[in-house]
Amino acid sequence: VTRYTAITHADLKAMLAAIGVASVEELFARQVPEAVRLRRDLDLPPGMAEQQVYALLRGLAQRNASTEDEVSFLGAGMYDHYVPALIDMLCERSEFLTPYTPYQPEVSQGGLQVMFEYQTAVSELTGLPVANASVYEGPSAVAQAAYMARLRHGPGRLVASAGLHPHTLQTLRTHARGFGCEVVEVPLDPDGSGRTGLAAWRAAVAGEAPFASGEAPIAAIFAQPSFYGVVEDAPALCAAAKEAAAQAPRGAVGRADAAPLREAGPSRRAGDGPDACQPSAAAPGAPPLVIAQVDPITLGILRPPGACGVDVAVGEGQPLGGRLDFGGPSFGFFAARSELLRAMPGRIAGETRDADGRRGFVLTLQTREQHIRRERATSNICTAQALNALAGLVYLVWLGRHGIVELGRLLLARTQYARQALCAIPGVAPLHAGPVVRELALRLDADVGRVRRRCLAEGVNPGADLEALTGRPEDRGGLLVAITERRSRADIDRLAALLRAALPAARAPRPAAQPADGPLPRAAGEEPEEEQPRLSDPQPHGLPRAGAGGGALARAGHTHASAPRRRP
Amino acid sequence: MTAPAAPRDDRSADPAALRPDEAVLTIFERGAPGRRAFACPGLDVPAVEPAEAIPAHLLRAEPPRLPEVSEPEIVRHYVRLSKRNFDLDSGFYPLGSCTMKHNPRLHERLAALPGHARLHPLQDPERAQGALELMWRLERALAEISGLPHVSLQPSAGSQGELAGALLTRAYHADRGEDRDVVLIPDTAHGTNPATVAMAGLRTVTLRSDEHGGIDLEDLRAKADERVACLMLTNPNTLGIFDPNVTEIARIVHDAGAILYYDGANLNAVMGISRPGDMGFDIVHFNLHKTFTQPHGGGGPGAGPIAVSERIEPYLMVPRILRRDDGCFELRESGFERSIGRLRGFHGNYGTFVRAYAYICSLGASGLRDVSEAAVVNANYLLARLAQRGLAEHLPRAYPGLCMHELVLSGAPMKRNLGIRTLDLAKRLLDFGFHPPTIYFPLLVDEALMIEPTETETKETLDAFADAIAEILDEAARDPEIARSAPHTTPVRRLDEARAAKQPVVREALGAAP
Repeated sequence: VTRYTAITHADLKAMLAAIGVASVEELFARQVPEAVRLRRDLDLPPGMAEQQVYALLRGLAQRNASTEDEVSFLGAGMYDHYVPALIDMLCERSEFLTPYTPYQPEVSQGGLQVMFEYQTAVSELTGLPVANASVYEGPSAVAQAAYMARLRHGPGRLVASAGLHPHTLQTLRTHARGFGCEVVEVPLDPDGSGRTGLAAWRAAVAGEAPFASGEAPIAAIFAQPSFYGVVEDAPALCAAAKEAAAQAPRGAVGRADAAPLREAGPSRRAGDGPDACQPSAAAPGAPPLVIAQVDPITLGILRPPGACGVDVAVGEGQPLGGRLDFGGPSFGFFAARSELLRAMPGRIAGETRDADGRRGFVLTLQTREQHIRRERATSNICTAQALNALAGLVYLVWLGRHGIVELGRLLLARTQYARQALCAIPGVAPLHAGPVVRELALRLDADVGRVRRRCLAEGVNPGADLEALTGRPEDRGGLLVAITERRSRADIDRLAALLRAALPAARAPRPAAQPADGPLPRAAGEEPEEEQPRLSDPQPHGLPRAGAGGGALARAGHTHASAPRRRP
Repeated sequence: MTAPAAPRDDRSADPAALRPDEAVLTIFERGAPGRRAFACPGLDVPAVEPAEAIPAHLLRAEPPRLPEVSEPEIVRHYVRLSKRNFDLDSGFYPLGSCTMKHNPRLHERLAALPGHARLHPLQDPERAQGALELMWRLERALAEISGLPHVSLQPSAGSQGELAGALLTRAYHADRGEDRDVVLIPDTAHGTNPATVAMAGLRTVTLRSDEHGGIDLEDLRAKADERVACLMLTNPNTLGIFDPNVTEIARIVHDAGAILYYDGANLNAVMGISRPGDMGFDIVHFNLHKTFTQPHGGGGPGAGPIAVSERIEPYLMVPRILRRDDGCFELRESGFERSIGRLRGFHGNYGTFVRAYAYICSLGASGLRDVSEAAVVNANYLLARLAQRGLAEHLPRAYPGLCMHELVLSGAPMKRNLGIRTLDLAKRLLDFGFHPPTIYFPLLVDEALMIEPTETETKETLDAFADAIAEILDEAARDPEIARSAPHTTPVRRLDEARAAKQPVVREALGAAP
């Protein structure tokens, strides 16, 4: 009997008798062939008492530097916003925490109404009339939107701005290879604004040089603001995509192939023919879907994607009251024009009436989904991020109609202040000239890794090393600095002072023969750095003894270069 | 157990106990202009008008029409809403293939520690050693449990784990210069399997089940040709049956040059008993939110890590977690030229890793085995109880014999004999305080009920559930209308799903649509 099971010796005797077997072993021996039985114990340590497990995992937590341990300007997709206590309290309630997907609506009205309210909030925020009840997170939400384009338009090209998050571009490529689409990356404008190059964007959609292609453009995808923090001219990108598609060679656009991705072979089941009910096919010659990956916290200030001409707005929901959680779980939001409702992935809650005529909510349009439509489903997604979406909803309600604007203005003002304060430092310049709203990219005339380590030693995480994230040579010296309401003017001033002090020492050139992942050599005049704290050596089977794994928080100052330095 | 009165008009069983109109107001229909819950921190930098910083045509003209409510209103609204949910902490929730086991609260406490919850995913690896070590240790534990040496924790849920598996399969065959595009899927499979296959640009060929509920070997032999990329199998399958021919299935599939994929949705039945790797599988996904007890959150979050064999390893997603010779851990993206890439942002649903790892530490090797044993004992006991009461004439087992962690009954005789459908039985169970089982799945069983009690339920609960079913059938013999019009005690009665789908209303109307 473990502490989470309840079969006593007496229970077991009675239960086995009722089943009609002599032992638990017989129960398995009669079902699981001996050849595939594991005739040894799993090579894992014995179980532990609750307090030992607590001590072990608390020890691991203490070896992480959280945003409580340092002043963090890290962003690049997830942000250290303040999470109101209200969210913890509501998300910890058993009634929200422990139900399954609401398959029985009569006893799931709470969760279903939350989904309905969430969909309303996302729709309001994005300015698009319909939203689903969540997908996994930001980058895969973009891939889901691209799959929607693939199902509606048939195979073709996905035109993607270089201003998308590198994880989004990588995720999109992985998924697109699967469903048979090519990803064409459009570079940033050579004018230095940091915006997507409009001429290249047009050419990529139209399939003109240097993006010449006979494949139809089925989606055009950009980020607002971009990964670099720059506010894109979203209406211009939307208009250009639609215009360029009209200029694309006839026949190259919109094959309206809504059939399964591969043609059926002889082994196909009878009755699997093209589905007359498939609701999502685009008309021949239809323009590509314009998909925007949006930072929701900026939408109190920035023009909503729906008003810019965007067809599908998706994004990472973590800024809306989500924990950082080292990258997940969070939620992805997904909103679209009305005619795309039946092509959407994931759960959708809808309003209806009960047998007595009272208002109620159900999961609706389920014929889109995998458990009904199977290989012709709009997605394979089932379990998504309902609890995280609840947090997002409560956060938006907490901010309220005016709060989201006030918060957006505060972030904007502090971001402008940070740009001025930081770019006043010799050797620091904005990486791009375009407008920024809550995050900004700097170019340091110094080794970013060394500058970062100097700042970390003082308890300030100055932001993300851009080149390490994108692998782009033009991002060398780039530092991406995120602003939240938790980063005060005093914090920004402190970052400025640290950069001012760190830059001269970090400007010394690196020796030429630098091993890619080896330790960084010390520059002349740089003080010796502290040794890496020794970690307790884990046992080979992967689980520690009770009480092991404590150790001090990895202190600032390190001799090891952080992985990953480069992209493949 | 006393049967709840039926039908009745009094709604006192509705814990929210509100006036009907008040009960269904959304948050958008509450509040008043000027109310607020948020106090913005004061401006400590020079004020900037948005139009000074950003071109006017890129600015929002009107604030989004979010609610204007006070904090007390928010709390009351959502606490009341929560009471209109049935939840695992309140009662038995035997959804088949969903593994609704108890969620230890220790896990919530641990996941909320700032070192876990407030750790930025781009934190320098040397300042996130605890997190990386936790992930590495979880990977090692999952490798041992599955019998497959290499693990990626990245997939966000089981369905994304499946997609990873399908893409890995493609990459493996493409690398060998083979063009294989068929995925064999049994007719008992979860709907995610064929949906995943389509997303990966492959196509599904369905395998028949034999008279025992396993794969029909003749059908498999006929279809296992040089175009087959992969067989996706859940074992035990959705009928709760461990395929007795699994080694022969593996031999046929491998002889055809294809990959074997294990859908780990039902892994709860076999931890420490039998390992997918030892059965011959190349890829397995875990549903951490099932087997490793994540709270389901009303529909997520979950996580769907995968474990793979040596031959699949080169194609695994990036980033990978490496343990260096000096005992430190790193995240590495470079140097994996054959990797399929990345399936999502950052490193996966770390918060679920904390909980899953805590669970494995709590139980240890023998505890995990105890879990599977208890899950199978509970399922078979419930099966016996349902037969013992003489219910089998109405609700027979879909396939004879013992079961693993779940059982599938057919309500077809009940429909014929008593005039109530599986749906009616399910709805009437709500009045008895039980969440119904999964219904109308698997598809090959007429009027199916798929029951997974899990190991965390007591014998008394299983007895009470069996008694409730017996009572509902007795009641239906007297008056089938009670079940047909059930539920009678829930906050709302049966909802008109056809209406919802026909004229979809998927958001609150706030005047003109945006």
